[in-house]
Amino acid sequence: MSKKASLAVGAPIEGRSPARMAWERIKKDRTAKISAFTIGIFALLALTAPIFTWILHTSPDQFHPETLDPSFGTNPIGKLGGISAQHWFGVEPRTGRDVFLRFAYGARTSLSIALSATALATIIGVLVGLTSGFYGKKIDLVLSRTMEIVLAFPSILFALAVTPVFENLLESWGVPTGNATRIPVMIIVLSMFGWPYIARIVRGQVISIREKEFVEAARSIGASRVHLVFREILPNLWAPILVTVALNIPTMITSEAALTFLGAGVIDPTSDWGAMLLASVPFYSVDPTYTFIPGFGLFLLVLAFNLLGDSVRDALDPRSSR
Amino acid sequence: MLKYTFRRIISGTLVLGIVSAIVFAIFYILPSDPARLACGKSCTPDLVARIQVALELDQPLPIQYGRFIKGIFVGRTYLGNTDASRECGAPCLGYSYQTDLPVTELLLDRLPATLSIAVGASILWLLIGLSSGIISALRRGTWIDRTSQGFALAAASLQIYFVGLILQFIFVDKLAWLPMPGYTSPFDYPMDWAKQMVLPWVTLAFLLSAIYSRLTRSGMIETMGEDFVRTARAKGLSSRDINLKHVLRAAMTPIVTVFGLDLGSLLGGAVITEYVFNIPGLGKLSTEAVTNLDLPVVTGTVLFAAFFIITANIVVDLLYSVLDPKVRLT
Repeated sequence: MSKKASLAVGAPIEGRSPARMAWERIKKDRTAKISAFTIGIFALLALTAPIFTWILHTSPDQFHPETLDPSFGTNPIGKLGGISAQHWFGVEPRTGRDVFLRFAYGARTSLSIALSATALATIIGVLVGLTSGFYGKKIDLVLSRTMEIVLAFPSILFALAVTPVFENLLESWGVPTGNATRIPVMIIVLSMFGWPYIARIVRGQVISIREKEFVEAARSIGASRVHLVFREILPNLWAPILVTVALNIPTMITSEAALTFLGAGVIDPTSDWGAMLLASVPFYSVDPTYTFIPGFGLFLLVLAFNLLGDSVRDALDPRSSR
Repeated sequence: MLKYTFRRIISGTLVLGIVSAIVFAIFYILPSDPARLACGKSCTPDLVARIQVALELDQPLPIQYGRFIKGIFVGRTYLGNTDASRECGAPCLGYSYQTDLPVTELLLDRLPATLSIAVGASILWLLIGLSSGIISALRRGTWIDRTSQGFALAAASLQIYFVGLILQFIFVDKLAWLPMPGYTSPFDYPMDWAKQMVLPWVTLAFLLSAIYSRLTRSGMIETMGEDFVRTARAKGLSSRDINLKHVLRAAMTPIVTVFGLDLGSLLGGAVITEYVFNIPGLGKLSTEAVTNLDLPVVTGTVLFAAFFIITANIVVDLLYSVLDPKVRLT
């Protein structure tokens, strides 16, 4: 591939690491660039949400009864859910809260819960996968069976069911009720069902790498187990881990929204896309804009993450083709 | 084969046993006083105490769990030595705190609605997913391929609770082509049943067929490059025979896996679909039970769903050996 370059007169022969090659492939990928840009916009919106409260002179929790039709009492005045220069995405039926601000703050909640859950699931998954694959035998048997059992749980249903139980538990420890307990519980529940997928992939990789000569060599000169696992084996796993993480984030985003939509997630007044969709259900036939905005935002963000994940996979594993 | 099947059933039963123990432990150890929940609104401390005895909540937890498991296999009797004794037949999962009905009865009552959704939707998504995948693979690189795969990618990023509401808005509220989704027995009113099921079927199929389309396409393209396909071509088989009998068959293995798992988890309750369309199935039952902290029903629905997932896993593994001659089960 780089034959031509190295033959050029005077050009220094350049060694390129696999990471660099993957990065260069990503940089040439138009889909990857567009999806990364889209994700960037959403991230920026989430980060700068407070600036918009300052620009629009209102907060996501402030009621605006003057934007609602008094004869119906609940519906926004004007077309498309009351979209105007003041309320860019319209207002919420019944309360008149600004939908754009709720959307921006919702991106904050959704993204931070999804990313925390992904991080936690990845840490647990990688540690379990490394242990299971490296030690083998009984430890592997126990851990593999644990993964099998977790995967046998109907995840949404069980997540719904344990949420109130965990919440009770946290409350009995003195954590205040409401979102202070809801959000940690969601992160725990989401990562509880996310880690086995990562662990399985890491375990499979470790089993094959474990027997490679360089690990053998390190072992023969007396390297400790910790050194073998974290210094010799783990650095060879970043590609599959990165791919799994990239494809895990959109799943976490949608699961978070689904849990909140089913009523086991973030509670009002904290804004969240799943909560916005849930709140829109009674009004979907009179004010479809209010349903459409969080739903479409969710779709765009998940699509962007899915496309980026595919690109990352293609870049890291040139054998896989589209 | 028989030995393998037998072993898988044993290990599946064990997994189910562990799942039930975990569910039981989580709901009964943690501070959520079941007797208080069962008691309802007009509750007195005296009544709570009596309910505790009636539901055997005063017993140590391992004994409670033992009786629970015994109830599933041979049935159990509550308040055995009193006048108020109550017989709970073989697959006994206890009584609902809310309605006081046997959980088994509630589950069987809700099963037909979930079954209708799952079976109808799965037929539809297999048809759409496989056919669009096959066409894409055979016409690789053409505009048909690009359009259908673009659609598939977008559909795979959509959510049931979003698409469901939008479709309901268009076809029920605006165009009025369809009635509000719900469930009526297909044996009494087959037309009403079908009309009410169209939206759930289409929504689920729309989102899920995307995955099948992508799997079929990539599987077929990969197999087309294999040596045995070249051999088949060299033997002079028609390309129709090659594509359908050899290529598609080899590409079916991952599809069967995903299909088994999807159907298995759907049978345990299409939680979100039933919630969005307000269909009285197992998923709706479980969300209602969670809201009311109706623990016996929650436990029952979780176990029922886990049963379907585990069974689907076993069936998928057995089907492997049928589809792929290379797989030998040991």
